[in-house]
Amino acid sequence: MSDAHNNDDHGGELEPVEPIADPGLPEHTWRPTDVDPAKEKRAERQVAGFFGLSAICTFLFLVAYFTLDIGDNWHVIAGFGASTMALGASLGFALLFIGVGIIHWARKLMADHEMVEMRHSARSADEDRETTLQALNDGLEESGIGRRPLIRNSLLGATGLLGLPAIVLLRDLGPLPGDKLEHTIWGQGTKDKPMRIVRDGIWTPILASDLEIGDLVNAQPDALKNPERYGIDPIEVEGIPLQVHKSKASLVLLRMNPDDITPGKDAKGNSRENWDVEGIVAYSKICTHVGCPISLNERTTHHLLCPCHQSTFDLADSGKVVFGPAGRPLPQLPISVDAEGYLVAQSDFDEPVGPTYWERDYYDRW
Amino acid sequence: MTAGDMTKVATTNGTTPSAPAKGANKAGAIANWADERLGLGTTMKKNLRKVFPDHWSFMLGEIALWSFVVVLLTGVFLTLWFDPSMTEVHYDGSYDPLRGVEMSSAMASTLDISFDVRGGLLMRQMHHWAAHIFIASMMIHMLRVYLTGAFRKPRELNWVIGCLLLLLGTIEGFTGYSLPDDLLSGTGVRAADGFMKASPVVGTYMSFFLFGGEFPGDAIIPRFYVMHILLIPGILLALIVAHMLLLVYHKHTQWAGPGRTEQNVVGYPMLPVYAAKAGGFFFIVFGTIALLGGLFSLNPVWKYGPYDPSKVTAGSQPDWYMGWPDGLLRIIPAWETHIFGINFSWNVMLPILVAPPLLLMVLIALPFLEAWITGDKREHHLLQRPRDVPTRTAIMVALMTFYGLSWAAGGNDIIAIKMHLSINQITYFLRGAVFIGPVIAFMITRRWCISLQRHDEGKLLHGYESGVLVRSPDGGYAEKHLPLAEGTAYTLTARDRDLTPETVEEIEASGLAGRQVRLRKLRAKLQEKFYSDNVQKPTAEELHDAQHHAEHELHELESQIENGPNRHGPTPGH
Amino acid sequence: MRLLNRSAGRLSRHRRGPIAGLVVLLLGLLLTGGLYAAFAPAQADTDQNNEELVKEGRELFLVGCAFCHGQNGEGVLTQGGSQYGPALTDVGAAAVDFQVGTGRMPMAQPGSQAPRKEVVYTEEEIAALSAYVASLGTGPAIPDGGLYDTDNPGDLNGDGKQDEEDKVLLVARGGQIFLANCTACHNFEGSGGAMPRGGYAPKIRGVDSKHIYEAMLTGPQTMDTFSDGNIPPEDKKAVIAYLETIDKTPSYSGLTLGGLGPVSEGIIVWLVGIGALVGFAVWIAAHTTRSSKKKDEAAA
Repeated sequence: MSDAHNNDDHGGELEPVEPIADPGLPEHTWRPTDVDPAKEKRAERQVAGFFGLSAICTFLFLVAYFTLDIGDNWHVIAGFGASTMALGASLGFALLFIGVGIIHWARKLMADHEMVEMRHSARSADEDRETTLQALNDGLEESGIGRRPLIRNSLLGATGLLGLPAIVLLRDLGPLPGDKLEHTIWGQGTKDKPMRIVRDGIWTPILASDLEIGDLVNAQPDALKNPERYGIDPIEVEGIPLQVHKSKASLVLLRMNPDDITPGKDAKGNSRENWDVEGIVAYSKICTHVGCPISLNERTTHHLLCPCHQSTFDLADSGKVVFGPAGRPLPQLPISVDAEGYLVAQSDFDEPVGPTYWERDYYDRW
Repeated sequence: MTAGDMTKVATTNGTTPSAPAKGANKAGAIANWADERLGLGTTMKKNLRKVFPDHWSFMLGEIALWSFVVVLLTGVFLTLWFDPSMTEVHYDGSYDPLRGVEMSSAMASTLDISFDVRGGLLMRQMHHWAAHIFIASMMIHMLRVYLTGAFRKPRELNWVIGCLLLLLGTIEGFTGYSLPDDLLSGTGVRAADGFMKASPVVGTYMSFFLFGGEFPGDAIIPRFYVMHILLIPGILLALIVAHMLLLVYHKHTQWAGPGRTEQNVVGYPMLPVYAAKAGGFFFIVFGTIALLGGLFSLNPVWKYGPYDPSKVTAGSQPDWYMGWPDGLLRIIPAWETHIFGINFSWNVMLPILVAPPLLLMVLIALPFLEAWITGDKREHHLLQRPRDVPTRTAIMVALMTFYGLSWAAGGNDIIAIKMHLSINQITYFLRGAVFIGPVIAFMITRRWCISLQRHDEGKLLHGYESGVLVRSPDGGYAEKHLPLAEGTAYTLTARDRDLTPETVEEIEASGLAGRQVRLRKLRAKLQEKFYSDNVQKPTAEELHDAQHHAEHELHELESQIENGPNRHGPTPGH
Repeated sequence: MRLLNRSAGRLSRHRRGPIAGLVVLLLGLLLTGGLYAAFAPAQADTDQNNEELVKEGRELFLVGCAFCHGQNGEGVLTQGGSQYGPALTDVGAAAVDFQVGTGRMPMAQPGSQAPRKEVVYTEEEIAALSAYVASLGTGPAIPDGGLYDTDNPGDLNGDGKQDEEDKVLLVARGGQIFLANCTACHNFEGSGGAMPRGGYAPKIRGVDSKHIYEAMLTGPQTMDTFSDGNIPPEDKKAVIAYLETIDKTPSYSGLTLGGLGPVSEGIIVWLVGIGALVGFAVWIAAHTTRSSKKKDEAAA
């Protein structure tokens, strides 16, 4: 054992003598299966037995596959889907028994002499290193890359520029954001036909008198089901566009005691006094943290909790953050009632909804 | 000892190799046929009987390898039916509670795999469980490698590859989790959209480009699909191959012991023992995953329903390996800076865009940092026990504590309901604990390791506690200490002494100055901290003296008992 | 006992024989509607009966409830101004039937949230208490059994008759309303979830359909109300139909681990998956037993 390759620049002392000399590998001892033919035979039978069990399980798998029904007519064992359970258990044991059999074979019957193999250093032999280094130097020298900086640098520059097409080619992955994040479909209501607020999943408009104090409604804009009423092409609210609208326009309506509400200020600094209808307030359902929909409301405190990261907003107080990671209040939608008494949006949100983004504060330009 | 020609041939501690059995001739014929065409003889000469050491902790990486194979096999099965498209369809499959509900083709085909393809649900669950096992086993494998010092020269690059595998495995897991387009995965993608939008300058552009427009768009699932089944698995496969080739080239590390040195590797040959054990373990991993898939429910998408940006479920969580950054995201205070019309969303950037890459970088840097601090440039093939490098062990335990606490934060809502606690209190507690916990863990682990080292030293010098109490003639009791067996004692001493540090004083005395010297001083300081209070193995003289002393005492005790007036002790020669 | 049940997994169509359906229907009517019918305030001939009930209820109230809710259900304020027990003047019979009928009231000790526990009062006593509290003011009455009788889904597909296909539609509609309004707090399969400051939304599986209906109607504890103007009665029935369906549906995928989503799955990965595989690894690498005998090399 030498420290010849220990080229550290300090110390350099030799290690003190090892306290105990290496006694070397202990003598090989034998297993019962090596010395007792009866035990060897038994182990052999055990291994074959495991393989046999595996074969049985494979057979059971096939039986289960062809006899157990799924679909609208599941077989059931003790309250569980029989097919998945039976296929999983039979396949699992079929595989396990093969594995256990092989391991048992290796442990009991295969020769178990420990062998010693010598290591070599990861580096190549000095001779090889020198030859390689020489070849490398010769090659570089013959190319003249060191002597001709003009060629070298122009090549590097030109190759580097080739990165641009790779980036530019990705441009058409998607459109530019534009002002899409700043508007929702709530803004598409008109003076005559302001956007009605409808129950999510039920799609009926809501009379202010329908709601009692303490009611929470998960709501959507009416245009998603009645686009023509607002002069919107139905194709704009189907499939993916529908999902896009929902991801910005979803709403929670909450009716509380009007006295509980502390009206805040809007983006221009005006009071939000007229943003509710008899204690009914409407807030964006999209969390301002990373955009999960939130509707976990505590009726007694008007605190709305996000199930993803637990930001908590006070809906009686302009949706301000009372706990958690969200950095901004929930945007409030100003609402009123139309001629027929249904709840409608006065306008779009006066700020972008959903998670914060870099250029978000530019919204006040509109 | 020269390492010359012995590298070629493995020797054994047994006697003659067993005689060729029947069937060997046939194998020989096939080998001959192949060699005449492929010339495999040269490479196979050494590798067929290549030696691998045997220890349970060396098989953790194998769990990862085999579960990756299971992921590939089950994944191919799923691709036969899965339709990675976001086209909206009305579900018309067998699961009645979703009959007629509008959903993406991806979700509908996931339901079809679950309810209309026999064994499809099993394969889906096996695929997902195997992915979980893949990532979990990579992590425990990494812990083993780190805590035993197996990452040291010449294996640093394999450590780096391993870290990249962990990263890619995680991304692969996330893209797969997102594919079914159910409510839970869609919520995850929605959060990912929020992460992207929080990125400085290009956030919204990244989001629009990735989603092919405004969230959710119609592109994300086909794009994730290509990443999930082609791009990332391809890189994973290539890196796994590189990882294994380096393992073969370096030969496996081994634990110190009689006959096991830095120059050799002792164990069983590739053929047959190791091939059998590894092959058998493949079936065991496969079988265990099949049992999990058959017996435990995983991601019941039919209960979550299709993704809808207006819906959410309580207990919305990512899969466990994404739990820790999600936990940081939950406990970070509401920090946002609004200045000059732009936003810095620290409450998203720090936990998601900064912390995970930072932790990955720390992991990758660990071997290089340690080598720089200790100045150790030797090759190492013998493993170290975690106690023998207390600072290293303590660093990993501190990182694990940080990980564990962040992870717990990721499940704070579940902890709250299951343990009847308040989410708010848990969050406040964890905000402090993620910083203080690792420090405490570091200090405790370090001291613990050092006291274990002392215990080892005591055993070496004074023998082990035999459990036999003897009473001396004057009435005192003492426990008989008996010397360790030679092999055990050798194993305890088969470790390196800490390299002699270059002290700060020495550098200052040299009178040099400049940046290089400042770095050397820093290194000397860190080195001192790294090694401080370490117990070195005894020198030959110390051991000899101590053993002599112990023998003498034992002898004294025995003769006193024999000759003393009070003959209650064991009769001599008994 | 049938371990292998060929039909239990069917989701709706042809699930039960016609007689079973009738029996369930009758049982449902007997258990719930019948009781209600006897005490319905609209019926003139039970007025006197009702008066007696209110009187009986008042006596029970004074013994069991008045300490927190006041002698006349006016509520009790603490010194700090917070409520010890809220006023019950306008909560209605449905609220009482829910709170007492699920054992939430009377509370073992004052606290922010009353857990579901063993029911203390008998059905007659609950009826009496409900009648008394209803007499204090307004508020929803105990719902009629027909409102949550999911075997009468109504003619949803408009084919002029009410059949299994309508039930399928009802369940599917209920699932969507459940996911839109309920899962946020109560989790995707009704396992419950955490709320701010130690509060929680309880598990709603295995709860009487009547109590589910009453909970939506009255918003117990800190829950929002889902009054009939918010979610119409037929949609409440749909939600109940969905909950009944997932209660009856077998777990196709194996043990559900509490239905809590990825957290319990992560625990299984580490404890069961990695635990078992590391156990196997220890076995594979462990030393086998050794014999003291030596192999006679010469003989071999």
